[in-house]
Amino acid sequence: MTEMATAAIKHQSAETKASITVAYEHPWVVRIAHWLSAVTVFVMVTSGLRIFRAFPSFGPKIPQNNLIDFPNQFTLGGWLGGALQWHFTFMWIFIGSGLIYVTYQVVTGHWRQVLFMPRDIKGVWPMARHYFLFGPKPAVDAAYNPLQKLAYTSTLFFGVMSTLTGLVLYKPAQFWWLSWLMGGFHLARIWHFVAMCGFVAFIPGHLVMVLLHGWNNFYSMVTGWKRDPEYLG
Amino acid sequence: MYDDRPEDQPPASEGNQGQEASQREPEAQPAEGAAKHEQATAPVMRRIGPAGEPVRNVTPSKRSRMNRRELLKVVPVLAVGAFAIPALREPLLHDGLALSDWASGKLFGRHRLAQTFSDSDVVPFERFPYNFYDVADPGVDLDSWTLTVEGLVKRPGDYKLEQIQALPKVVQNTRHVCVEGWDVIGNFGGTRGSDLLRFLGADTGARFLEALCADGYYESIDMATMLHPQTLFCYEMYGKPLDRGHGAPVRLQMPTKLGYKQAKYLVTIRVTNVLQADKRGYWEDQGYSWYGGL
Repeated sequence: MTEMATAAIKHQSAETKASITVAYEHPWVVRIAHWLSAVTVFVMVTSGLRIFRAFPSFGPKIPQNNLIDFPNQFTLGGWLGGALQWHFTFMWIFIGSGLIYVTYQVVTGHWRQVLFMPRDIKGVWPMARHYFLFGPKPAVDAAYNPLQKLAYTSTLFFGVMSTLTGLVLYKPAQFWWLSWLMGGFHLARIWHFVAMCGFVAFIPGHLVMVLLHGWNNFYSMVTGWKRDPEYLG
Repeated sequence: MYDDRPEDQPPASEGNQGQEASQREPEAQPAEGAAKHEQATAPVMRRIGPAGEPVRNVTPSKRSRMNRRELLKVVPVLAVGAFAIPALREPLLHDGLALSDWASGKLFGRHRLAQTFSDSDVVPFERFPYNFYDVADPGVDLDSWTLTVEGLVKRPGDYKLEQIQALPKVVQNTRHVCVEGWDVIGNFGGTRGSDLLRFLGADTGARFLEALCADGYYESIDMATMLHPQTLFCYEMYGKPLDRGHGAPVRLQMPTKLGYKQAKYLVTIRVTNVLQADKRGYWEDQGYSWYGGL
């Protein structure tokens, strides 16, 4: 009896020693949507820049004032027609992965942890001060800190914005009332560009944070499981 | 947010993870009881991960298995990698464009009118760009010009400009949108596509209208668009006969299509149900969207 108990305790302690704490952070639907979006945003931005290159202006055709001569190396598609093929193919994947993600978040109620709400406003500056000005790290007891929520919610905003403005540019005759809501066809083109800039602004910050938080954090977006989650004491 | 409610279960060992959540009884969580438990159980085990699953303690091998299983679930994403394979890229993009064209056709409202504008919104004629793929003026002999009509029509033959102009004239201020991204609002006058096709006794149940041009350009348009009330066989701009640079004597003018669909210097039109693969349109055969709808 005593021997058995001792053996059991020994076994247990061996287990404990070897055990790893893991938390399931990202369900597979979210991970698929994330990686699809990562690829798709890359394709949409680079092919979009190639399309923009065909008329790099927001003004009239006559006289034409080009804003920028964007280097072709940063673009996708080779020529306008090729870039449009990428753009009009990946727009389906872009919208599809966005819809899958939003639907999943709504159905599971997980949107509550990531959607930026008015109550998060006050937490943005302390977090930004911590990241950018080496201020003290604010205590966070939620899945995502207010700055993260703002960043992630902004991508949702830019996603919806680029989709609606893109729809107006793609089908201005069918959706001219929507174009009217955006201030007209020309402004829709500017908003579409602004939404692209939003994604482009998000990406470097996102990648720097991923690098800073290391492999475990990155890997959790691959397998869902995060080793030694930082929010545990 | 994390579920921070204390667990009344002891730390879950590997075997009973799945039941942990269901075994939790809400009434067994008074604050005092929780405080006692707090010392008894490791704080780690009271946590629920962001995805709603309890935090677990697992052995390295179990962790590897869990990771592998979850990794397999995101493998489908690699399918996008097919676009990186040169041999697959072109057919995939072709299919993507075809899907978009199909959806565009479905979205098209046969009676939905493109926006029209007041005269003050129309750009001055000098600022309406001349666009051409080869030459601005293919040298059409305007005096002897006729429009050759072929295909699924009751009255094929060569038609003079006067015969087209004898049909009701429509004048409209509409937006001309170029695939490059610029646009101009212009003033266009001409015969409705639907009027001319009915006059010719065309089979409006056919699928396409092919257009051949004096400069070698060629186009094909879906019948639904040809019958749209704003689709014109345009012979006037700004109240004057179409000039040579804009496609004299007759061009297509469809505010529901991109500029490259608006064939100029028309020579022949053909109503048909079949398009040859390399005769769908000058730019389309090089990769532009065939539908090209707005």
